[in-house]
Amino acid sequence: MLKNHFIKQLCNSFIDLVPILAVVLVFQVLIIKQPIADVASLIIGTLFVVLGLALFIQGLEQSLFPLGESMAYAFARKGSLFWLLIFAFCLGFGTTVAEPALIAIAAEAADIASKGNIIAHSTEAKTSYALGLRITVALSVGFAILVGVLRIIRGWPLYYLIIGGYCGVILITPFAPADIIGIAYDSGGVTTSTITVPLVTALGVGLATAIKGRNPMIDGFGLIAFASLTPMIFVMAYGVIR
Amino acid sequence: MIAWFIHFALALLATCQDILPIAVIIIGFQLLVIRKPLANPKKTLIGFIYVLLGIAFFLEGLDMALFPLGKLMAKQLTSTEFLGINPHEYILNWSAYFWVYVFAASIGFATTLAEPSLLAVAIKAEQISGGTIQAWGLRIAVSIGVAFGIALGTFRIVTGFELYVFIVIGYVLVLIQTLFAPKFIIGLAFDSGGVTTSTVTVPLVTALGLGLAQAVPDRNPLIDGFGLIAFASLFPIITVLGYAQLAAWRSKRYLSSKH
Repeated sequence: MLKNHFIKQLCNSFIDLVPILAVVLVFQVLIIKQPIADVASLIIGTLFVVLGLALFIQGLEQSLFPLGESMAYAFARKGSLFWLLIFAFCLGFGTTVAEPALIAIAAEAADIASKGNIIAHSTEAKTSYALGLRITVALSVGFAILVGVLRIIRGWPLYYLIIGGYCGVILITPFAPADIIGIAYDSGGVTTSTITVPLVTALGVGLATAIKGRNPMIDGFGLIAFASLTPMIFVMAYGVIR
Repeated sequence: MIAWFIHFALALLATCQDILPIAVIIIGFQLLVIRKPLANPKKTLIGFIYVLLGIAFFLEGLDMALFPLGKLMAKQLTSTEFLGINPHEYILNWSAYFWVYVFAASIGFATTLAEPSLLAVAIKAEQISGGTIQAWGLRIAVSIGVAFGIALGTFRIVTGFELYVFIVIGYVLVLIQTLFAPKFIIGLAFDSGGVTTSTVTVPLVTALGLGLAQAVPDRNPLIDGFGLIAFASLFPIITVLGYAQLAAWRSKRYLSSKH
């Protein structure tokens, strides 16, 4: 049963990858007109990607989705808003602060800031700038998940938050130093990692299912949307304050 | 072989580092606040291991197969020899970059289809909506959005138009659509904007943007490279909202034609 299911999942994952392979092969053969240098590692790598994707989906359905949902139900039954909000904040903060993509971007931002004479040229100054930036982004994601969870509980319409967030981004952009704007816009996209997304989605949908009067479709989604908005505002604010 | 194992172990370790804070938070809250054992601790643990191994294999495979090839391709397509342009000649015709736009659109479409985070959200949406929203339909709508966004982004790098003009027009379009789109799709549409730019898409698209910004005269790679990501997370919102509007309009027309 499990084996069959897994084999089916492997096939599905392969189908997911076919478009990439097609694009790469067609462009290589027809446009660039050069043979592929390393066919063996292309094949082995593709098999790894297929296997990885299938394992990920299996784990998603077996572990991440049920976990997020069962925690949402447990908090809803417990009825403690305080602890739920603390949990929401920790989940957002904890998953973001160690995110590899964010670490890379923060280091890059510190380099740019140092070249632009915003901070000193020493390694310590760069490290502390990068760390400050990471903590800022993590705080903003924690804040976003907290507000997003509060929204689900209170039943506020999502677009209030989204429009408010966009206005925040537009209002703060003129005041932010030019060097940080690019990094700020980028940081919105990189905060939501492959593990965070399923957990947070399941948490939101679970909460909206467990609370009376909420529709999981209307109220359950939107946590990630808000979590990719707030980092832009917070990072630009960080640039203003520094 | 041994070198490969070390490499894979490092990838696995990096994934563990990514997953550790999440595990600590969940276990901490489970023990201290909820104070109830998990329903299926063994199954959950095995699932977590699947996720870990899955991401490690996925990243390792991308590193071996697709990233080197895709990055090389982005570089070759944007090289001045391939484009047949003279870097010292400043009068440029944007249509000289035709293959870059085609490549941008196709690589954006294809990588988004394989994006694990989007897959997770699409699976959840299909479950919750009871099949009204098809996982495939949603993923294709998002992929079309990314394809269009990245193609337009490369066009912007070539022509040198201001980024914020496109972004502001895009936001206005999104806001208008939000007012008219069916309510159930809004959260999902905005979420899909956030998840598209992730593991697979970002490295390839960044390589394309950097290559292009270096090849086109008068562009600054540091400033122009990032616009692509912003576009790739904006346009899926537009296409997903559009997909829902189209579906609602068609079902309305179908109902009225029956009466």
